[in-house]
This record gives sequence, C-alpha cells and structure tokens, in this order.
Amino acid sequence: MSRTEVAVSPGRLRWRRFLRHRAGVSSLAVLAALILFALSAFVMRRFGFDPDATDLFARFDPPSRLHWLGTDEAGRDELIRLMVGGQMSLLVGLLATCIGGVVGLIIGVCAGYFGGRLDAVLMRFTDGMIALPLLPLLIVLGAVDLTKLGFSREFAHSGAAGFWRIIVIIAIVDWTAIARLVRAATIAIKERDFVRAARASGAGPAYVMVSHVLPNVATPIIVAFTLTVGRVILFESVLSFLGFGIVPPTPSWGNMLNNAQELVTSAPALAIYPGLLIFVTVIAVNFLGDGLQHAFDPRSER
Amino acid sequence: MSELVALDAVSVHFPAGGGGWFGGPKRVLRAAERVTFSIERGETLALVGESGSGKSTLGNVVAGLQVPTEGTMRFHNRPMDKDTWKAARRAIQIVFQDPFGALDPRMPVSAIIAEPLLIQGSTSAAGRRERAADLIEQVGLPRDALNRYPHEFSGGQRQRIAIARALAPRPELIVADEPLSALDVSIQSQVLNLMKELQEQHGLSYLFISHDLAVVNHLVDRVAVLYLGRLVEIGGREDLFAHPSHPYTQALLNSVPRIGHKRARGQTIKGEMPSPLNPPPGCVFHPRCPKAADICRTEVPALLPTGRGGHDAACHFRE
Repeated sequence: MSRTEVAVSPGRLRWRRFLRHRAGVSSLAVLAALILFALSAFVMRRFGFDPDATDLFARFDPPSRLHWLGTDEAGRDELIRLMVGGQMSLLVGLLATCIGGVVGLIIGVCAGYFGGRLDAVLMRFTDGMIALPLLPLLIVLGAVDLTKLGFSREFAHSGAAGFWRIIVIIAIVDWTAIARLVRAATIAIKERDFVRAARASGAGPAYVMVSHVLPNVATPIIVAFTLTVGRVILFESVLSFLGFGIVPPTPSWGNMLNNAQELVTSAPALAIYPGLLIFVTVIAVNFLGDGLQHAFDPRSER
Repeated sequence: MSELVALDAVSVHFPAGGGGWFGGPKRVLRAAERVTFSIERGETLALVGESGSGKSTLGNVVAGLQVPTEGTMRFHNRPMDKDTWKAARRAIQIVFQDPFGALDPRMPVSAIIAEPLLIQGSTSAAGRRERAADLIEQVGLPRDALNRYPHEFSGGQRQRIAIARALAPRPELIVADEPLSALDVSIQSQVLNLMKELQEQHGLSYLFISHDLAVVNHLVDRVAVLYLGRLVEIGGREDLFAHPSHPYTQALLNSVPRIGHKRARGQTIKGEMPSPLNPPPGCVFHPRCPKAADICRTEVPALLPTGRGGHDAACHFRE
C-alpha cells in the first residue's frame, strides 16, 4: 500500500504543509535563534559579563575584544544588555499577545456561538473597552500600588512586578480587535451545514468551537496575532518611557531604543542594534504567520 | 416491518418578530403543523412539496437539529428522552443539499468521514482511519482521496463524501435533504444509484426530501405530500402516483412536464402558496383549490383513509 492511501491525521497534514512553506520555516528558525540569543545571557553571566556593571571610563567604546559590541552611555557591555533585553522584549511580546489573544478568542467565540443575551453583554463590554482612552488608563494602572493589593513589599518593588504589570496592562487593553474578528467569523460559520452535520451526530458547543470554528477563523486570527506581537514590543517601550513596566536599569529592546534616541548623533550604533533586533523579530513573526496560514488553509497554493 | 422513527402531531413554530416593548403583536411562522408519519425499517419515505412547505424543517426535526414546538417523536417505539437521543444520534444521520457547504473546507476527507465516530467517542484514532478508508471505497472514490481537502473535488464527489460520513456510524436512517438538486443531471443518477446500492447492502431507511417527482419515482416506497406545513396526503408510491386523492397532489403530478404530452389547461395550480405567517382558515389549500366549497373555508380537513390500504388524504372531497 502506498503512502498516499493511508489516512493521515489533520495535525500532521498541517505540519507537512507548513514545512513546504520556506519563508515560514526559516522564520521559525530565526525566532528560535533569537530566543537562543536571549537565553545565552545566562551563559555569558557565568563568564563575568554583567548587564548592570557600569564603567564610566569606557563610555561609548567601539567594539573590542572585551566588549564585542562596544559599550553604552554608562559604559555597560552592549551585547549582554541586548541579550537580557531580548528576554524581556520577547517574553513580553509573545506572552502578552498570547494572553490577550486567548481572552479575545474566548470572548469572541462565545459571543458569536451562543448569541442572544450573552452576545449583547460581551460585545457591549468590548465596545466599552474600545472606548476607554488608552494613555490615562495606562497611567492609572501603572500607578496602582501593588502592596495594597496584597502583594509583598519585595515583589512590588522588584523587576518581576514591572514585567507582570506590563503583561496584565497589555492583556487588558489588547484583546478587543481579536474578539470582534472572531465573533463575526463564528457567526458566519456556526450555521454552515458541516456544523449542523456535526450537531446532528451529537457534537456539543465545545467540540464545534475547537474542531470547526477555530480552524476556519485561523486566517484572520493569525494576521491579528502577528501584527500584535510587533506592536506590543514597541508598546512596551512606550510604557517604559512613561516610567511604567520595565524600567532601567533592567534593559529591554524597547527602552534601549528609547535611550539611544538622544544619543543618535554621537552613538548611532546603540539605536541600530535594538532597532535591528526588533525589526528582525517582527519580520520573522509575520512570515511565521504566513506559514501558519498556509498550513491551515488548504486552498492557498504556492 | 417494524417502525423505526415516527412523528406524532409534530408542530414547529418560529418566532418571526414582533412582541417586546414596541414590536406590536407577536408573529409566529408556522413551519409545520400537526404532522404525523412514521418510517419503517428498510423503507424509503419521500417528503415532497414546494419550497416553503416545511419539508426541510421536518427533516431537521427527525435529525435532531430542531426541537418541535409541539408533538412528540418516537425512535424504535420509545419516546425521545436523553438516552434515546443518544442512540438516535448514532442511528440517524443527515445528508444536505449543498455539497459545498456540507464539508468543512479546513478538514481532510478522512477526518470529515470519521467525524461522527470521533464525536461519539467509541473508536480509536487508528480504527477511525481504517473505517474512513473502508467507506471511501464503498462510495466509489479512490483511496488517495483520504488526505485531500474538499475543494479538490467536484459536487458529485463531495456528495459521495457526505454520504460516506453519514454511513460512518452504521446508521439505520439517513435524512437526505434534497441531496441531488444541486448536482448535474448525469451525476444525479449516479448518486441515486449509489444510495440505492447502499440501502440494499446495509438495510438503510431513507427520509428523502425532494421536490423532484421523477427522482422520487425511482427511489422511494412511500410518498408524503406537504403543503404549507400540513401533511395533505400520504400513501404508497404506485398507488399515490396512479390515484392521487388530494387536489394539490393531483395538480403537483400534472405539473410534471412530459415529453409528447401537451399540458392540459386548467389543471396546473394557480397563484402562490400563502405565507406561513398568516395561513388561511379552514383547509389551507382552499384559495388555490379547484374544488373549494364553503366547508373548506371553515373546517380543517382531517387526514383520513381513502379506502385504498395505507393511503390517507386530508381533503373534504378526497377521491
């Protein structure tokens, strides 16, 4: 019996389609390399590189054997700062997008599938979120005193608190677009005959949502996700700039890029490194999204 | 023969706007009104009627996609409760009219065919794939169709895939909701023959919903004629075609175009079917009926035997 005559599971068929999408596969490799680059900070620390060690006699040093990418305005090693900053930026970008995306997905699918009063409540709530002015909201959320919410004093003043604060802020405001996209697509799909055939066989709402609705709304969701990742990485730098979220000296690509703005005439390299890394990340995520779309949509040919 | 599925005085009403604070009086669309029929094991019953006569609504009731507003359904002589439905969801499957909307475009064919087994959760993944491979051959498609997607197939091939899906859980009854009307004529006969073969092999029953009397004549054992959600006549195919008793059935049979016959004037039905939002009083057919008398405007005719075995009609002047 030849290979084509044996039924293959849908997941494996999708993986095969993804592997045939060259840009998608290389983007996956690039993203893996970026994550590896960020994680190698742990190894570099072993060899005595410290992202916070300042050396005011070695400000704006060019690349040397000691500092492979030179030093910044406080004489800190640029390479290790990029690695540590990468951990922050990638984690914030991917985690906040995923949390916001999952929230939007669940709200959108439930509103679209069940309709009626639940739909009305959820969508008016979404409208309300869209209507909130973003910046004042961020300032209020950023100013919340975590010790009053029952967190310990050490946690409230640690870098981890800033990190989680930023994730929560982004997750709160950034799910609305996905929720509306998913709701509209769900409404279009739930009355199709293939869904009715599944219901006639006894399929419940959970099965229909996971097996029919999600694969069919995958295309707009993936587009929204990939656009969001880049936006969130830059958004993080805006928040850091305002003093919320990840605050120097803890580096992130966003705040390194922001710092370098004032120095762009004297030390342009300091802007180029983080800018380039953000650029590569966003491009890679977008092409990865293309590859995933190709995997999920059997009609796309290339 | 024993009874497989029966509807007993089933009505389906849909709210059609109105009500609420400013909506004015509530309006109700009466898609089906006190319909009673049964399907025996191994038999094919046709539901025929114009568009809007409620045939698809009744098909949905039998397939468990529509809860009747009134009346009850029985399966193997048991009233439908939770346990009976569980068995019925395996034993009653549905095939739709539009072969393009009936298959999920994002699923490979093997997953589509095995889906009812996955939902009912009694078969392993390997067992499902094996069954899918089995079924794809039974409906006359090559095995390499399994890993392809619906958009790679023609309408007739898709309808075969939909039939394979319906066969997967070894059903006893397939509700076929106009399964041929979206297909080319040459493909229609192929699919029709396939359905006939499968019926003989598996002892299936069909509830065959159609408006094409020529197709009905090829496949079915009994015919039920619907008009505006009411069952107006039901009987064995040969008997009903030879001696239609209800004036609507007579007109319907007369409207079938035949080569070499000039259509007799005055025997076609005049006018349009009234709106199911506002059905006429008495016999719903009286505004278009050539035999209409005073009694038809006031009294609803009951479905009564015509005198020939198993042939009933709902007309004050049944023949």
